[in-house]
Amino acid sequence: MAKPRVLILRAPGANCDVETHFAFELAGAIAERVHIHRLRESPKLLHDFQILVIPGGFTYGDDVAAGKILAVQLKHFLGDALHRFRARDKLILGICNGFQVLLKAGLILIPDDDGPLATLTDNSHGRFEDRWIWLQPDAQRCPFLKGYQRFLLPIAHGEGRFTCRAPWILRGLEQAGQVVLRYVDGDGNPGPFPVNPNGSEGDVAGLCDVSGRVLGLMPHPERHVLPTQHPRWTREGLKSEGDGLQLFRNAVKYFDAG
Amino acid sequence: MLWEVEIIPRRFDSESERVCREHELLTHTHCAVPLVERSTRGFLLEGNLRREQAELLRDELLVDTLAELGRLVEAGAVQSLSVDGREIQPFATVLLKPGVMDPVAQSVAEAARYLRVPLTGVRTFRRYYAAAPMPDDARDTLFRKVLANEAIEQVIEGVLRLDHLTPGSSYQFERLEVPIREIDDTALVAVSRTGGLSLNFAEMQAIQKHFRSLGREPTDVELETLAQTWSEHCSHKTLKGTIELTDEAGGVRRYDNLLKETIFGATQEIRRRLGKDDWCVSVFEDNAGVVRFDDCFNVCFKVETHNHPSAIEPYGGANTGIGGVIRDPLGTGLGAKPICNTDVFCFAPPDTPPESLPAGVLHPRKVMHGVVAGVRDYGNRMGIPTVNGAVCFDTRYLGNPLVYCGTVGLIPVHRCVKQPKAGDLIVAVGGRTGRDGIHGATFSSIELTSESETVSSGAVQIGNAITEKKLLDVILQARDLGLYHAITDCGAGGFSSAVGEMGEKLGASVHLDRAPLKYEGLSYTEIWISEAQERMILAVPPERWPALEALCRGEDVEATAIGTFEETGKLRLFYCNQQVADLDMHFLHDGRPDITRRAIWTGEPVAEPRTLRNLDDGAARQEPRPPAEPCAPVESRPPVESRPPVEHHPAARPGEVLLAIMSSYNVCSKEWIIRQYDHEVQGGTVIKPLVGVHDDGPGDAAVVTPVLGSRQGLAVGCGINPRYGDLDAYAMAAAAIDEAVRNVVAVGADPRFIALLDNFCWGNTDRPEVLGSLVRAAEACRDVALAFNMPFISGKDSLNNEFRAGDRTITIPPTLLISAMGRVPDVRRCVTMDLKEPGNLLFLIGVTRDELGGSHLHLVTGQNGGTVPQVDLELAPRIFAALHTAIAAGLVRSCHDLSEGGLAVALAEMAFAGDIGADVTGLSARPLPDSVELFSESTSRFIVEVMPEHEATFRERASSIPVQLLGRTVADKRLRIAGANGEWIVWLALDELRDAWQKPLR
Repeated sequence: MAKPRVLILRAPGANCDVETHFAFELAGAIAERVHIHRLRESPKLLHDFQILVIPGGFTYGDDVAAGKILAVQLKHFLGDALHRFRARDKLILGICNGFQVLLKAGLILIPDDDGPLATLTDNSHGRFEDRWIWLQPDAQRCPFLKGYQRFLLPIAHGEGRFTCRAPWILRGLEQAGQVVLRYVDGDGNPGPFPVNPNGSEGDVAGLCDVSGRVLGLMPHPERHVLPTQHPRWTREGLKSEGDGLQLFRNAVKYFDAG
Repeated sequence: MLWEVEIIPRRFDSESERVCREHELLTHTHCAVPLVERSTRGFLLEGNLRREQAELLRDELLVDTLAELGRLVEAGAVQSLSVDGREIQPFATVLLKPGVMDPVAQSVAEAARYLRVPLTGVRTFRRYYAAAPMPDDARDTLFRKVLANEAIEQVIEGVLRLDHLTPGSSYQFERLEVPIREIDDTALVAVSRTGGLSLNFAEMQAIQKHFRSLGREPTDVELETLAQTWSEHCSHKTLKGTIELTDEAGGVRRYDNLLKETIFGATQEIRRRLGKDDWCVSVFEDNAGVVRFDDCFNVCFKVETHNHPSAIEPYGGANTGIGGVIRDPLGTGLGAKPICNTDVFCFAPPDTPPESLPAGVLHPRKVMHGVVAGVRDYGNRMGIPTVNGAVCFDTRYLGNPLVYCGTVGLIPVHRCVKQPKAGDLIVAVGGRTGRDGIHGATFSSIELTSESETVSSGAVQIGNAITEKKLLDVILQARDLGLYHAITDCGAGGFSSAVGEMGEKLGASVHLDRAPLKYEGLSYTEIWISEAQERMILAVPPERWPALEALCRGEDVEATAIGTFEETGKLRLFYCNQQVADLDMHFLHDGRPDITRRAIWTGEPVAEPRTLRNLDDGAARQEPRPPAEPCAPVESRPPVESRPPVEHHPAARPGEVLLAIMSSYNVCSKEWIIRQYDHEVQGGTVIKPLVGVHDDGPGDAAVVTPVLGSRQGLAVGCGINPRYGDLDAYAMAAAAIDEAVRNVVAVGADPRFIALLDNFCWGNTDRPEVLGSLVRAAEACRDVALAFNMPFISGKDSLNNEFRAGDRTITIPPTLLISAMGRVPDVRRCVTMDLKEPGNLLFLIGVTRDELGGSHLHLVTGQNGGTVPQVDLELAPRIFAALHTAIAAGLVRSCHDLSEGGLAVALAEMAFAGDIGADVTGLSARPLPDSVELFSESTSRFIVEVMPEHEATFRERASSIPVQLLGRTVADKRLRIAGANGEWIVWLALDELRDAWQKPLR
């Protein structure tokens, strides 16, 4: 089986592209970092890739709102190409800033007549927060999360509070199995800050589209692929790998089956 | 056409809350009705725009409709805001002053281009609404201190009247000469003073003589170039000049070049000793010191200060401070990739009474918040983890806070040498040039309002991290493609120092009219000396220039060839092909007359370190703790687990003292700050700044793996203790080095590969006693570096840190920051400070002496005097080496160094970080008083946790150094320490200790 190819989209201010590249190669993919301008010049580049990743960072400084300016570009210049990409049974992953971009570009939830259904905005406490948190997966719909139990990843963001336009939207997403990651404590229970570190409605940490093949999440799986990245490995001992690696391996394996 | 999009938050209005909170803090009032009821933000959009186009920007770009409401009006139209059915009116709008960097506006302009909306200008604003007219007394504080920072912002009351945004007006070229050949000495001095050149009389004379010999007058830009190059900031003339020190015995020592003969000299000696094992690559030469890391990579490290700008505008000062130091590794060799940042701050205590503030001084709480936010926003956006830091508090930092920022970089071994060649193009990359950083520059070309306004003075700038991130991205690609011969950053002195330094051995000609400008109207001199941020200079061979230009264009980075390096030995400047400068490089770099300064060292304390004003309050917060219960030796734990009855022992209340020290600002948890920094980005942080079972313990040093997947790590730590400096600058410097080294050794760094950096922040060194203490500190750096065999690889000094308010001058305590960077051979052997399991043994490594001078015991108990901790130069390196072998052999479960607060604080921190208790009985039957054993801050000491099965091996490894069994770890979540008489003198629950430690800055 040929290794799947991953396009990691660079944009001004993206800054997790190198470690995301590392994580995908560790998981057995071939990754390439491509600047948004190259993709805009030639959207056909996407044909050569099976996985598209919008990595973490502060694209355009998160000026105006986190991820907004890159989202505007994706929507206006690459909207068709991205929809075709998804329709071809390929995978799209947005991590942290990438989640903000995907959501604001309408690539996870399609806006209705009244506008966007949900957004990611300022953390409840109003600050940037770097913290390791527990995640409870609901993996039925999302190939990225296959086989996952409760796991540990770091978050590092100032605008990660998931909020919906109306309560029925969150309920609908939950029922449809699109809320694929929730913030929980070490025992799997929901809780206020710091368990839910940003005040997200429904403790939402990650969301997929209806196909399950587009995943956006605020935590950083690429920062926990090696055992020494665990925050407490000096106490608990070194495991064979970091909790985030499986997510990248799942993405790679998705193309084995096909 | 000028449109305005105003954005109203739907839910949180944190800005109104901030305004009310700060107003209450400053005025000690509590307003029943908030002064500011609502705040909004928004954008002024200039251009030939139809309403539909402005609406497109509002709806598609500027407003997140789920969190905000957006309204579009023609600028200047007044609109009230409807809140709970009431109409409230805008009373003030705050804008950045024209010419101040507005990154958000730049991004909006860029995004508008994507949406094909023809914007010609954007400015951001904040607006404030109130239900009732503002009372006059509130108005004053609010307008001057809370709503805006006058250094960079302007407050416009009532209606915002303006019709266009773009600042600047056209510039009429005129070559200016400054006649100095025929003037007398008085006039010569006046030329320096009125021109703001800061050149002294001897320097002006040297310049006069030089131009007399040339037979012409200098131009303004030639004088400015000389002033920049010869400035204290760029040439460090005090520390590199002649100093005559009179010591306590009346003897005189003369240094022709203090730095060369102390710190740098020690490094040379160490390199000589190491011979073929010398691991220094480039020290005190380039923008950062470079040492070997592994076969493929070297690492470099630089720490800078940005004190004065941070005092005036904390956010912008810290922002550009971190932005500036990141460009140092990037401008080292052919460019290093920044891999982690460090930040150390010195502030006045956050509970300083507002009414005690001298005029013009920001409240320390505001300074702290601004500085933290400034570092956060720049470092996080750059994608560089901030992994290490410290915060010190002392009232004397009130008008003069210290902000140290450091960056470590990773550079391929074959990219470490830069060499510009004749014929290379001088290429400016990155941000545009504006009037930023031109001291005292003002302009009122096109006014925003009817009032004339001043552009922010040179000290105050705001950075644009994304401009720098884009620059970083293309530089590293260009480096690997070999597109240039040399690189350096534009820091202080701008193009002048960057081109002047790079072309020192060659010569250069620069066409200043080619530099891209932020706005029109800059004179050739302003372009040359501007300190606008995010710019670098490259030496590019002409045949590579098209490739570099294409690479930059492809990522929206501006690159412009502004001149050529040429073998003339001259610095020649042109504006529209007219020559405006023709300076001899040799005179520019070597023509400055040396200065001689006098220094005195009496051996007497310069001042007593400050004590807590309200210690009694502090101590009274705590319940008296049980002191008098006999305890058994380590081997048979006392069966008593219930709290003994409370007995008050006023003479010795170690438990209360311990809690008071835990709650002191220097010692207490900095988690609130640390968590605002991304310390995980790049994925290399294997030992985090916060460690332990709850990720909240104070790690000694961070460890990063600069090459992902590699096991070799780099430990980064620091040492600083201004309290010792008041008493003995020599001892302070030695202790700071020892502390920095302890921190990195404690996590697993190999003491044979530890490199040091010095950053001196001192008062006015024109005063001999101030300079004397600096000389003593430099001598200590030399002695300790030699004894430890650890080279200094880079350093920086910031002198004249004083604040003058009326007739009062506040001088900062002598403050030396030592940063240490050590190689970790295998990160899987790293150790953290949190206790790991019950039933393990605790050992004290090192010797405790009666050294309470400058201690935290004295701070919280209001005592003075005592001996400042001294470093045993023979023993300390043996301790580091032996401890490292034990750690590398996997014999140590946890390790923590002893610093402020001594043994008791270290034990407490280890215990609550691990949620594991400890019974310490090893102090009984010792000759020193309990207070000394518990709280002395003797250097070169550690506590280590060892599993019982490793005890024998550990003792064997440590047989050559002083090691003492202290006690055991226990499952019960409490810390007990028995005193000399065998009674428990400390008995505290871990929750109580943790709470005392976390409370002050939570």
